[in-house]
Parts: sequence; C-alpha cells; structure tokens
Amino acid sequence: MHNFTITELIDGLKKKVFSSTEITQHFLARIKNLDSEFNSVITLTEDQALAAAKSADQLLAKGEAPDLCGVPILHKDIFCTDGVRTSCGSKMLNNFVPPYDATVIENFKNSGSVMLGKTNMDEFAMGSSNETSFYGAVKNPWAIDSVPGGSSGGSAAAIAARLAPGATATDTGGSIRQPAALCGITGLKPTYGRVSRWGMIAFASSLDQGGPMARTAEDCALLLNCMASYDDKDSTCIDRPVPNYSASLNNSLEGLRIGIPKEYFSEGLNAGTEQAVRDSLAEYEKLGAELVEISLPNTGLSVPAYYVIAPAEASANLSRFDGVRYGHRCEEPKDLEDLYRRTRAEGFGDEVQRRILIGTYCLSAGYYDAYYGKAQQVRQLIRQDFVRAFEKVDLIMGPTCPSPAFKFGAKGNDPVAMYLEDIYTISTNLAGLPGMSLPCGMVDHKPVGLQIIGNYFDEARMLNAAHQFQQVTDWHLQAPAGIES
Amino acid sequence: MSIEKQTIENLATLARLAVDDQRVEEISQRLSSVLELVDQLQAADTSGLSGLDHPLNETQRLREDIVNKPNMREAFQAIAPDTEADLYLVPKVID
Repeated sequence: MHNFTITELIDGLKKKVFSSTEITQHFLARIKNLDSEFNSVITLTEDQALAAAKSADQLLAKGEAPDLCGVPILHKDIFCTDGVRTSCGSKMLNNFVPPYDATVIENFKNSGSVMLGKTNMDEFAMGSSNETSFYGAVKNPWAIDSVPGGSSGGSAAAIAARLAPGATATDTGGSIRQPAALCGITGLKPTYGRVSRWGMIAFASSLDQGGPMARTAEDCALLLNCMASYDDKDSTCIDRPVPNYSASLNNSLEGLRIGIPKEYFSEGLNAGTEQAVRDSLAEYEKLGAELVEISLPNTGLSVPAYYVIAPAEASANLSRFDGVRYGHRCEEPKDLEDLYRRTRAEGFGDEVQRRILIGTYCLSAGYYDAYYGKAQQVRQLIRQDFVRAFEKVDLIMGPTCPSPAFKFGAKGNDPVAMYLEDIYTISTNLAGLPGMSLPCGMVDHKPVGLQIIGNYFDEARMLNAAHQFQQVTDWHLQAPAGIES
Repeated sequence: MSIEKQTIENLATLARLAVDDQRVEEISQRLSSVLELVDQLQAADTSGLSGLDHPLNETQRLREDIVNKPNMREAFQAIAPDTEADLYLVPKVID
C-alpha cells in the first residue's frame, strides 16, 4: 500500500478498494515501526490523522470528495499548524503551539487530505544536510551513514522510505531540490510568490517558497494544485490564476528547447553525477527536445551573494524570537537585555547564531552598501543571465547537486564547504524562478537528481517535461534497499 | 579578511545574542571564512545596476486601512511565557 503514488491512492479511494482510515493506519504504523531508523518525523499527529481520515471516508462515501480527500500527507515542521507543535527544528520553538494554520495547511485541510505529522528539518531551514536540527540528524534511507540533504531532509527521507506518499517542504537556496535529489524523489520549488508564505516560518523573505515533494511529477502536480493560491495575507503572493498542473502533463515535448548551462558542468561536478545527467539529457532528445548550450556567466557569484542576502534577511526575521510572546525563554532573566541575549543564545543552535551574526554584520552601518547593497546588485546580474537564456530556450536543465549524498560530518568545520553544496540551486532562488529535481540515475547506490529550471510561472511545462521523462525511465520507481517496493 | 573579537562583541550586542568568551575565537574564524567567500562579490562589475529588492520586480501591494481580522489576543497570549492584564510581562526595564 505504501508503494502507491498519490495518484494511485486517489484512484483506489474513489473505487473503494481501500478507505482513508486503512491507508492512514498503514502509514502511521510504518512511521511508528520504521522511523526510529531515519528520524524523519518530529511530531506524529495520530489522533488528528485518524479523525481526518474518518471525515474523509464520509465525504468519499457521499461522492463529495475534494481533490486530495483521504490522502495522508506529512508537513515540514516550518508550517504553522493550529494546535500542533511547530518547532522549525529548533529548541527556540520546541514548546511553540501555533494558534492558527498556515495558508498552505488550510489549503490541504480544505482539500480533504490527512495530516500524518510534522517532519524534521535543519534548524530554521538553515542547512543542506539536516544535521543542524535540535531533534537530531535525519538519516538517508539509501545510506544510513549519509545525509538526506536539507533543509527539508525529513520530508525527503520519509517519502523515500515510503512513510508517506507526499509531503510539503520549503526551499530558500535549494532546500526542496537538493534533498529530493539525494533521496531519489521528486520535489519542486515554485516561482517566488506562487505559494503563500502566511504561516510559513520566515527564514529569508525574498527567497523562501513552499513546494511539494512526492515520488513522481504527476503527484507533485496534484500537490501544487493544492498549495498554490492567491492569498492577500501574504503581500508578496502574486495574484495570478493557478493553472491545473495535471492537465498538461501529457503534452508532447517535440521541439522543446532545453538550455544546458556550461557553468553547471565544470570542475567540482562528480563524474558519475555528470554521466547520469548527460544520459538523461539524451533521453530528452529522444522525446523530441533540442539541447542548446547556454551560459549563465554569473553563476560563480551566486553562493557569495546568497550568503550575504539570506543571513541578512534571517537576522531580521529571527529578531522576533525574544522570549517575550512565545517560544523559549531563559530562566530568571536579570533584566530585559539578559532576557533577550540568553534566550536567544540558548534557543538557537550554532549555525543559526553564525548566520544571524553574519547577517547583522552585512547590514550594519558602514558595511551595508559594500555587502547587502552589492549583493542585491549582483542578484540583478544573476537574474539577467536567466532572462537572456530564456529568450533562447524553454527550460534549463543540469545536475541538482555536485555529487550524491555525503557522509555525516564530511563537511566538517568549514561552513563554506557545506554552502558550496547549493551551487546549482541557489541562483534559482536569487532570481525567483521555479526549479525542480527528479531522480535520473544512481552513483554508488546513491540517487542522482536532474534539475529543471523554468521561466517565471512555467511550473506546468516543467512538470510536463518531468512526467514525460518518468514515462520512459524508472529511476523514480526505485526504492532503497530494505524498503519493500 | 578576519574579524576581531571586538567586532564579534559589537555584533552580539546588535543581535541581542549572548556569546561567551570561549566561543568568540571559533566564531571569529568561521565568520572570517564566510566573509572571504562573500568578498568575491567585490570583483563583480555592478555599475549602473539597482538592487533586486523583489525577485519579480513587484512593488509592495497596499490594501484599504480597515480592520478585517478578528482580535485573537486570548489565543495568542495563551502560549506566552508570562502575561498579566492582557500585557506581556518582561523583567523591569527602568530602575
């Protein structure tokens, strides 16, 4: 049952092959029995899940089922869930129970889906390995000694281990695409402003986007249909109709122009990864696409620009965590200064504190123009590279990550080594473009991801291209050893 | 480009983050290596460019200045560490 895709589950529910209560019980049992190995779920919402499944079964019986009625979903622990702890992977919010639902969560409730629980993540979404969570690292189901990627490592690992058929996640510099690649699943970061950020705990407000993760592009289309909506509570949300992403999955790829950025195939790219990606691009040619070499010359500036902008915005966003209104508070504060300083030193982990300090530095008087101002200008350069490229091509493709999943601790004490993991994904966030990753091969029994970058609001075309690839390949059907498939 | 201890202390004050002495050295090293990374930006030619404040070059949307949300004080304060008379309590600020 856990090998069914969301599409297959919906079909089975409609045909009454099984009930939502049965599938929900099945996934809850799997999480309880298997997740101690992966540590992908922080909070299991068993009672709520069973109650939601029961309601879903009633709607299904009446023939009044909304689109995702009865489908069990995990949610990254960054989306506020009314009455259910939302920790953001941090001690700071270990005791935080939101009094409202994020818009994304509300959308899923309205679609009749069943929330199984909240998934583990790098603390405050800052990381590429899910090693920084207050709740411990998440293990990659493909290789227990290796990272699942981050920051949405919990959602990715849970899907790979078939603990849930789909999950929500967020991406600020690659945090959907990179774990999707390392865990052999499909994940999509929409265009900036496509999915409401209301109730999605903010890391970097001009970069964050929520998006779906599942095993297939077809499933991601269903989830994106639910997640994308105009929301006037998020003033950066773009007011633009949401297409039915499922409707165009079977369009022909004949004549599709695919840009291959030469900067994404240079030194630092693992040879096996490169081969898997190039083999996949050959599949696209067989599907009728034309490969066009392009250049994104400012790619090398993307990691430095990001590591000014993201920490700067994070330092502003995380200033709300002060021990006054919610979350952690230090014991016996002497005065207000002490309350703030000790609460924050105790509540935040090391990587979060470092990023707050870097961000504060880049925004401080005397440095603002040289760092933040300069980085925002470089961001224009990066965006212009893409705008120029999209005049000649419809989609851009390349590797999602420089290499497959690395071992825990491999990036050691050098933060910059970790930051370079995001080299192919970061520019997409800086430009606000949509990007996705799908499985395209294996290296040393570890998955490799193919990245597809689309033009603004072109998620339908990206999902179409991914779905067509998944019709002629079976990488997305592979399961880790020990996970029956 | 390395960061001095005094700078770390100033940043810690601005960020309201207690950084104890043992950690200053380690933080200074790590921050310095990140700054080395970001200094690469200085080589970029950005003359004439404005900063990209919004990825899609949108401007801030405005709405009518009317109350359109219910008051949720009770729900919000129910999860606060310390409240009294509808106010959030903090240690004394003024002596």
